[in-house]
Amino acid sequence: MAILKKLRGKLSKTRENLTDKISRALKAHKTLDEGLLEELEEILIAADVGVETTSKILETVKERARKEKKESSSDIQEFLKEAMLNALTETNRSGVIDLDSPLPSEPYVILMVGVNGTGKTTTIAKLARMFDRRGQKVLIAACDTFRAAATEQLQIWAKRVDADIVKNVPQADPAAVAYDAISAAKARGHQVVIADTAGRLHTKTNLMEELKKIKRVMGKALPGAPHLTLLVMDATTGQNGLRQVKLFDEAIKLDGIVLAKLDGTAKGGIVLAIADEYKMPVYYVGLGEKPDDLEKFEPKEFVEAIFD
Amino acid sequence: MFEELTERLEIVFKKLRGRGKLTEKNIKEALKEVRRALLEADVNYKVAREFIDEIQVKAVGEEVLKSITPGQQVIKIVHDQLIELLGGKAAPLNLSGSPPITLMLIGLQGSGKTTMAGKLARFGQGKGKKPLLVAADTYRPAAIEQLKILGKSIDVPVYWEEKNPVRICSNAVEKATAEFFEWVIIDTAGRLQIDEGLMQELTDIKSAISANETLLVADAMTGQEAVNVAVEFNNRVGIDGVALTKLDGDARGGAALSIRATVGKPIKVVGVGEKLEALEFFHPDRMASRILGLGDVVTLVEKAQQAVDLKQAEKLEKKLRKEEFTLEDFYEQLQQLKKMGPLESLLEMLPGVGTKALRGLKVDDGAMVKIEAIINSMTIEERRHPHLVDGSRRRRIARGSGSSIQEVNGLLKQFFAMQKMIKNLTKGKLKGIPKGMLPF
Repeated sequence: MAILKKLRGKLSKTRENLTDKISRALKAHKTLDEGLLEELEEILIAADVGVETTSKILETVKERARKEKKESSSDIQEFLKEAMLNALTETNRSGVIDLDSPLPSEPYVILMVGVNGTGKTTTIAKLARMFDRRGQKVLIAACDTFRAAATEQLQIWAKRVDADIVKNVPQADPAAVAYDAISAAKARGHQVVIADTAGRLHTKTNLMEELKKIKRVMGKALPGAPHLTLLVMDATTGQNGLRQVKLFDEAIKLDGIVLAKLDGTAKGGIVLAIADEYKMPVYYVGLGEKPDDLEKFEPKEFVEAIFD
Repeated sequence: MFEELTERLEIVFKKLRGRGKLTEKNIKEALKEVRRALLEADVNYKVAREFIDEIQVKAVGEEVLKSITPGQQVIKIVHDQLIELLGGKAAPLNLSGSPPITLMLIGLQGSGKTTMAGKLARFGQGKGKKPLLVAADTYRPAAIEQLKILGKSIDVPVYWEEKNPVRICSNAVEKATAEFFEWVIIDTAGRLQIDEGLMQELTDIKSAISANETLLVADAMTGQEAVNVAVEFNNRVGIDGVALTKLDGDARGGAALSIRATVGKPIKVVGVGEKLEALEFFHPDRMASRILGLGDVVTLVEKAQQAVDLKQAEKLEKKLRKEEFTLEDFYEQLQQLKKMGPLESLLEMLPGVGTKALRGLKVDDGAMVKIEAIINSMTIEERRHPHLVDGSRRRRIARGSGSSIQEVNGLLKQFFAMQKMIKNLTKGKLKGIPKGMLPF
């Protein structure tokens, strides 16, 4: 349970906030009345869980409390925890490989996408470190040819985590970089290819088209690629996260989310709304700026860490 | 931006409009939906609560119940209250004082500080100032390189050295004073507001250079956390205002608006695109109008004024009057339109475009690129006398521009139709059209 401990330590801010508030609310209200529900609603909304998912969760809690005739503060807390866990676990994980098991394809191609400034480059370095630790050779494709110095930034990270990199000149066609990277990985025997892409707002049609092209070209370089498409989301993201998931998924079909920057005070509750609405699972959480600060997302541990 | 909130409020107000007189009950019901919309827009829950409470008091009062069109009255109250929530009047950047004026950009990782620094430098340049960019982010890999590239693209020098950020900044100000730079724009490293050491560093920089303007750079997509971040940065470092970034997406930006309500600092500038020109001032009244679906025509007109060269416009007008409008002129018009930014963001400013019917409408900037390519593949002679373009020329133009003959035909057909239209206009109404107001 080392992961949980680390996560707990890192999430202490979140935990204190939520648990303190909940127990205060529960103490003030002894039983489950409208006032208590309103306070619980505010707590969840303050964590970016969103109006819709919050009212669903509270409805479940209310229903259960009434049915089982249990309205003590510890009961309510337990129900709340379980409802949140349910929302997080009822996601579409089918057909998606567990990255801890052997790779189903070599090279295994991962496409990383997201809006600007969420932490894609840093997350890629962390993923590369993870594969490197497992003894797998990683090739990073610097497909962000748009942002100034994006390639330089990735190059520095690649060196730090001992990964190879395929790059091109600024403004080069990102799809061409992806193609070159996959070809190089096949020739040089890399087991994993991780492609960085330029941050883009999901509303920019032309940039989403570019992303579709990258994906298409990857499939030409290696049938079946990309094998995994991950959306990197900033933990401070509010309800716009729902739109991000929707539009990126519509354009290139997402497999899951990496929740970055969870080491701050942001609660990352948006992943509950995302899981609830789109059944989109979270794969990893980013917990700092060092290459090892990446943890597998465990719904149970995540919720426990919030409440314990 | 803010389309969804607009939509929600529109639904609410449609309900209100539909009824002759309002009871306390339907106002409450409507305001419940307003609250929900605000929360979905990431407005801080406390701010939303206060907002609703205040409106409730005003709306349920006699004033509304006795008025003839209560729906309109409620819209006005919500609108006014929203303007107030957004900060009342537009707050300008504090750029007075003896040069060099120092601007410091602070905020979380990935909020858009470096790009904002480039945009402010570009803005300063446009005002005839001599800006100096300072790379004080010594932590993130290649952050300095990024600023250098941005600086180079607009010909603004970037100051940096391998020292600690406080030294870098005070040396930069010294250099600026000696070399008569008028603005010093400091890009700092992104940091969490709970990082004691790094927050202290900001305080040290600020006092070392006695910054004229400290701007918190905040991502428009931030959720409820925005308030905590702003409060902490304001308490530890002290901010003068907020630069709201990435507003060109569909983020409703409510959280950043609640920064205004909780910290009491105005949003001063907004970033609306990846280009360094994509910087706008924040206008609370216009934004409130947008939220309520009234459109933002004022910004649109301002953009047009910036982009359109008056002399050129007059020249064009003469040509039009003489019926000499050619593809060359058409091409120039396209260039001016392009200067105003992506068509999509222009459309968003028009009244009614934020509404459901037009949402999801995709504007193809690519079509414009195609037209440009076709015209570019023509000789000057052909552009001036489009009727010269026969079959073989069309084939050549299509090949040269990477388009099909049909596309070339389409463009020419459109152009001739336009010429005809102009002819009719010139004969009839054009004399009545004021200078500089051409039909496209």
